[in-house]
Amino acid sequence: MALNAADLNVGDTHTERVVEDLKRTQIVQYAGASGDYNPVHTDELFTKEVAGYPTVFAHGMLTMGMTGRMLTNYVGDGRLTEYGVRFTNQVWPGDTLDATATVLKVEDGLVDLDVTTVNQKGDVVLKGSAQARVD
Amino acid sequence: MAVDKFPVEAGHIMMFARSVGDDNQIYYDEDYARSTECEAVVAPPTFVQASAQFDPDYFLRPKVGEPWFGSGGKPTGVVRESGGGGGGGGGGLHAEQRYVYHRHPRVGDVLTATTKPGNKWERQSRRAGTLKFSETVTEYRDQNGELVVTATGVGVQTERPVDQG
Repeated sequence: MALNAADLNVGDTHTERVVEDLKRTQIVQYAGASGDYNPVHTDELFTKEVAGYPTVFAHGMLTMGMTGRMLTNYVGDGRLTEYGVRFTNQVWPGDTLDATATVLKVEDGLVDLDVTTVNQKGDVVLKGSAQARVD
Repeated sequence: MAVDKFPVEAGHIMMFARSVGDDNQIYYDEDYARSTECEAVVAPPTFVQASAQFDPDYFLRPKVGEPWFGSGGKPTGVVRESGGGGGGGGGGLHAEQRYVYHRHPRVGDVLTATTKPGNKWERQSRRAGTLKFSETVTEYRDQNGELVVTATGVGVQTERPVDQG
């Protein structure tokens, strides 16, 4: 499962489609599992009339969680040592997201990765980095 | 946030993994998990965020006997001061999140979480007016007092809703 340092080169990429046509129900699932019931994620009436957004939108942490799935599929389970992101655009129902890890450095048994997630329009919704132990 | 007892439970990890669309069997099947390098059901990378479930004061969860600001018969159940959590035309959004994993939590761990405020800063945004950022640093420790995960979160209060144009 885990990566082997000898097989890695700077610039290598790994991309996964982490969601296609994001459903409101998945956002509800994330609210229930995470415990973050902010109405802007699940309550259409509140979000439109009080918060002032066109519809509900995903928790940033749902995007980070889905992107994390791409990372663990790439580096292996239990191998991450760091994972950090900025949320650069909101994610909306109907969005399709592709997450990419790019190898920046391989040194001392660790790989440094750039992490970027884009929506179907090519807008970056999440940008960050991760580090993982490699064999 | 302060959480005295965050038990890492198999059912909770299963629900969390489902919600992020992850069908990796390490999150669902104890027998499979035991056969992996981790030797146990481990938490997905962002799972510690769900410690909110065990924070008695977490403000984004409806609580028995208390008003809730989401909609019922009306668009909001509570008239809020401007600027808080969505009212008044702007609101709180999550701007950044970082984790350092000293190890990965596994089923059976009982974690505690203590949070300290970090830096605060402001900047102007074309799409949302004045942005007020504030950072928090949360340390998750295990039943032996050992540091497991350090989480740094940055929240932002926007002056107005983010322009989608």
